Amino acid sequence: MPIVINGVATEVPPDPRVSLLDLLRERLTMTGTKKGCNQGACGACTVLADGERILSCLALAVQYDGRRITTVEGLSENDTLHPLQQAFVEHDGFQCGYCTPGQICSAIGMVAEANRGAPCHVTADLAEETVVLTREQIRERMSGNLCRCGAHNGIVEAIAATYGDGAS
Amino acid sequence: MSENHDAARPAVKTAVGPAPDDWGPGRAPDPLSRHRSGTIGTRVSRVDGPLKVRGAATFAAEFRFDGMVYAALAFSTVPKGRITELDTAAAEGAPGVVLVMTYRNAPKITPLPEWYTEGKAVAGDTLPVMQDDRIHWNGQPIAVVLADTQEQADHAASLIRAGYEPEPAVTSFEQAKAAGRHPTFHYGRPLKTEISDAEAALAAAPVKVDEIYRTPFQNHNAIEPHAVTLAWDGDELVVHDASQAVVHTAWSLGYAFGLRQDQVHVSSPYVGGGFGGKSLWSHHILAAAAAKLAGRPVRAALTREGVYRVVGGRTKTEQRVAIGARPDGGFDALVHTGVVAMGRHNTMPPEPFITSTGSLYAARSFTLEVEAAHMDMLANTFMRAPGEAVGSFGLECAIDELADRLGMDPIELRVRNEPERNPTSGLPFSSRHLLEAYRVGAERFGWTERSPRPGTRSEGEWRVGMGVATASHPYIRLPGGEARITLTADGRVIIDVAAHEMGMGTETTTAIVAAERLGLDLDQVTVRQGDSRLPGLIMAGGAQQTAVIGGAVSAAHRALLAVLIELAGHDSPLAGLRPEEVGCVNGGLHKLEDPSRFESYTDILARAGRGEVSVEASGPPPLELTHWSMRSYGAMFCEARVNAVTGETRISRFLGSFDCGRIMNAKTAASQFRGGIIMGLGLALMEETHLDERHGRIMNPNLAEYHVPVHMDVPEIEVMWTDIPDPHSPMGAHGVGEIGITGVGAAVANAVYNATGRRVRDLPITLDKLL
Repeated sequence: MPIVINGVATEVPPDPRVSLLDLLRERLTMTGTKKGCNQGACGACTVLADGERILSCLALAVQYDGRRITTVEGLSENDTLHPLQQAFVEHDGFQCGYCTPGQICSAIGMVAEANRGAPCHVTADLAEETVVLTREQIRERMSGNLCRCGAHNGIVEAIAATYGDGAS
Repeated sequence: MSENHDAARPAVKTAVGPAPDDWGPGRAPDPLSRHRSGTIGTRVSRVDGPLKVRGAATFAAEFRFDGMVYAALAFSTVPKGRITELDTAAAEGAPGVVLVMTYRNAPKITPLPEWYTEGKAVAGDTLPVMQDDRIHWNGQPIAVVLADTQEQADHAASLIRAGYEPEPAVTSFEQAKAAGRHPTFHYGRPLKTEISDAEAALAAAPVKVDEIYRTPFQNHNAIEPHAVTLAWDGDELVVHDASQAVVHTAWSLGYAFGLRQDQVHVSSPYVGGGFGGKSLWSHHILAAAAAKLAGRPVRAALTREGVYRVVGGRTKTEQRVAIGARPDGGFDALVHTGVVAMGRHNTMPPEPFITSTGSLYAARSFTLEVEAAHMDMLANTFMRAPGEAVGSFGLECAIDELADRLGMDPIELRVRNEPERNPTSGLPFSSRHLLEAYRVGAERFGWTERSPRPGTRSEGEWRVGMGVATASHPYIRLPGGEARITLTADGRVIIDVAAHEMGMGTETTTAIVAAERLGLDLDQVTVRQGDSRLPGLIMAGGAQQTAVIGGAVSAAHRALLAVLIELAGHDSPLAGLRPEEVGCVNGGLHKLEDPSRFESYTDILARAGRGEVSVEASGPPPLELTHWSMRSYGAMFCEARVNAVTGETRISRFLGSFDCGRIMNAKTAASQFRGGIIMGLGLALMEETHLDERHGRIMNPNLAEYHVPVHMDVPEIEVMWTDIPDPHSPMGAHGVGEIGITGVGAAVANAVYNATGRRVRDLPITLDKLL
C-alpha cells in the first residue's frame, strides 16, 4: 500500500532508514515541512497522520505505509489560505517562517485532540468531556513547537482567534 | 504609543521631499520622520506572509542541483592535539559514498583573515580549515563524507575512526583566567575607559555595591540549522546559504578559494532565524572544497549537533559591577570590569559588556574594562545584542541592589543619575527619552503596586515580585549601504538591495519606506534582497539594516528625482524645478510649494519614451555617529512568581516601554521587541550551553537539553514606544532587533529578588539557586 500524501499516493522508499520528513523534503521535494533538530525536540517537522499530529523526523516512512499524511502544502487550496494560515498572517504569528508550518499543522492536530476531550497538564477537571481552548490551554498544548524568533504571542492569538473560546 | 493604538491618519496624502544628503550637523531631519499620512508606523502584515504560512518560502537546504550529493561531517573528540590515525576505508567502501575528504586530500584553502578585513571578512576564526592534522577544539570537523543520499552519508560518517595525540588544553574558565588575562578590542577600539579615579571614589563613597555577576555560554539556536547547497560552475561558485551577510560571504569564500568576489554568487532569500550566528563558518568552506574535489554539487545541512560543533555562540562573562553613591543617590563611581572566555583564534570581538555602562548614568568617575581569558574552544561570536544583553544584567542588577541599600525606588535612582550628555564620550544625545519611557511604562504596568520590601507578597504557594531594568542598544549604521530603484512605465518600482530577511520584516519595512518616499501604494513596490549580486555591502547585524537601507534608498531617491526632472523636460509642469523643490505623492512629482504643478511617473516615462528608469546610489557616510551619542532605550518591567516549594520561577507579566526613534511598522516592530524579550526570558531563566570543563566538549548540543522558552513560558508581553523620531537618522528610525533582549535578565532577577529576597547573580536563575 502506498502512503497517501495530501491525497496523492506515493510508494514507500526502498531504504528503510528514510524518515517521513526526509521522504517529503528530499525525495518528493515537498519542503514546506521543516527540519529543525531531527530528533523530536523542536516540532518544526510536525505533519498530520490520519489527522493526528506527529513528528515526521521521528517517523520512518515505511511505518506510514497505507496512512494518509497531510502536510502544510495540503492545507491551502491554490491561493486560498486555510483560515489558520490567514490568522497567522493577520496576527503576525511568525517572523522567519521556519517553525511556522509545524506550528500550523500542530495547532490543527491539537484542536482535534481538544475536540475529543483529551486533557492536558493545565486541565483542571480530567473528567470534563469538552475542552475550552483558553490561551493557557493553547500554550500548554503547543509547547512542543519551539519558536526562536519569539512570535509566541502572535501564534497563540492566531490559534485563539481561529479555534479558541472567543473565535467567531 | 502601543502596538494596538494607531495614531489617526489624515486621509489626504502629503508629498515627501528629498531627504538631506547626509545626517551630519546642521541638516534638517529626514522629511519622512514626521510624515504622518501614509502607512509608516501602522500595522502592516508581512509581504512574505502568505508564502511563509504555506511553507513556500525557500530556505538554503531546500534548493537543488542536478547530480547533488549530501554531506555528513565527523567531529574530533579531543580539544587539542594531532590526528595520529584516521581510518576512512570503511566509510569509503560504504554504499553510495562519493568522497571522503580529510586533511590528507582536501584542496588548498587560504585561511580567512581577521573579522571585517576590507570591511568584508566574516569568518568565525582565522584557522586553516582541514589543511593539517591539528585539532584546535573539541568538535572540530575531521572528515566530510559525500554520498548519494543523506542516510548513506550519515552512516558512512559513523564508520570513520580517528586516533589522537592529545596536547594539554585549557578547557575550564578558572584555568584560563589563571593563565592570564588579555586586553580586548571592539572594532579596533580597546574595551577600556577610565575617567577620574573610580576606585578611590568608590572607597570614599558613603553607600556602595560591589558584586560579581556571571553569565554562561549560550547558543543562538535559530530553528533553521545552518546549511549550504552549492555548486561549482567552472571557476564560479553558486551558494544557496542561510546568511546574514551575503556579500561579505561571497568575498570571504572567494578569498578562501582564490576567487574574485564576483565569482562567488551567494543567494539567501529567506533565513530561518540568525541572531548573529549566520555568518561564515567552516561548513561553508568544507562543502565548497568537497564539491570541488568530487566534481558534484553538495548539500551540507548541519545537524543540530553539528551547529553546536561548528558555529560559535555567546561566550561566558564574569563581571564586577561596583557603584559608589552619595546619600541622595548620585553616583560618584561606576566600575564595570571583568573577564570573558575567548577562543584562541577568534576573529570576533568578545562580549563587550561595558558598552552601555558608559552611556547610561551620570557618574563622576568610571572604570570600564573587558579582558579575555583564552580557552581551547570553538570561536565565540556575536549573539543578539552582544555585550549589551549580558552587560545589562550585571549593571542593572547592581542599580537595583544600590536602590535597595539607599531605600530608594529603583526608577527614582535612575532618574537622579540621568545624564545630560554622554558621560564618557561627552557627545550630546541625538534623541534620548528614556525617562519618558519609564514614566509611561511604570504607569501602564502599575509599578506603584510594587512593595519596596522584598518577600512580602504571596498568592498561595507563589511569591510574587516586580522588577525593572533599563534596556539599551547602540544605533549603528555601517558604511556600505547601496540601493537601486527601478521605476517602470506602469508606475511601479523595484527596490534592489543586498539585505537579508531573517524574520525581522526587512522586506516589508523596506517596501513601506520606499512607498512613502516615492508616493506610491505599498502594492506598487517590489523589494528584492538576499543576493550577493544586488547593490550594497550590508550586514544584518547590530540592528542596523533599517537605517542602512533607509539611508541608501533616500540617496537613490534623490538621484531618481534629478533624473525624472531631466526626463520630464521643458513641456512638463515640473520644468525648471530643482530636486529639492519637488516631492513625491500619488504616483508622481509635484512642486512642494505648488501642488498644482504635478506630473505622474507614467506620464514622464511615456513622454520620454522610456520603459524604465533605474538609479543606483550609495547611502551617505554615517556622519551622524561622530557628532551625537546615538542609542535606543527602553524600560523593562517584569512580574515574577517564584514557587515557595519548588523554587520554580514563572513570569506572569512583562512590559517593554521603548524609545527607539520613529517606528516604521508597528506590527513587525512589536514582534521584534517581544522576540528579544522572549530570548531575554531564556537568558534569565534557562539558557546555558554546558561545556564539560575536563574535555572542552559541549554536552547539550541539542534542543532537548539546551532549553529555550516554549509557549508555556511566555506570557502575553506588552510593548509600547515613544515613537519620537531621532532628528539625525534616516526616517528618524533606530533598529529594533536587539534592544528587546537587553535589560530582561536584570528585570527578571530584580523581580525574583523582590518576590523572595534572594539575589541571584549567576545566570540562568534556575530553581536550584532559589531553594
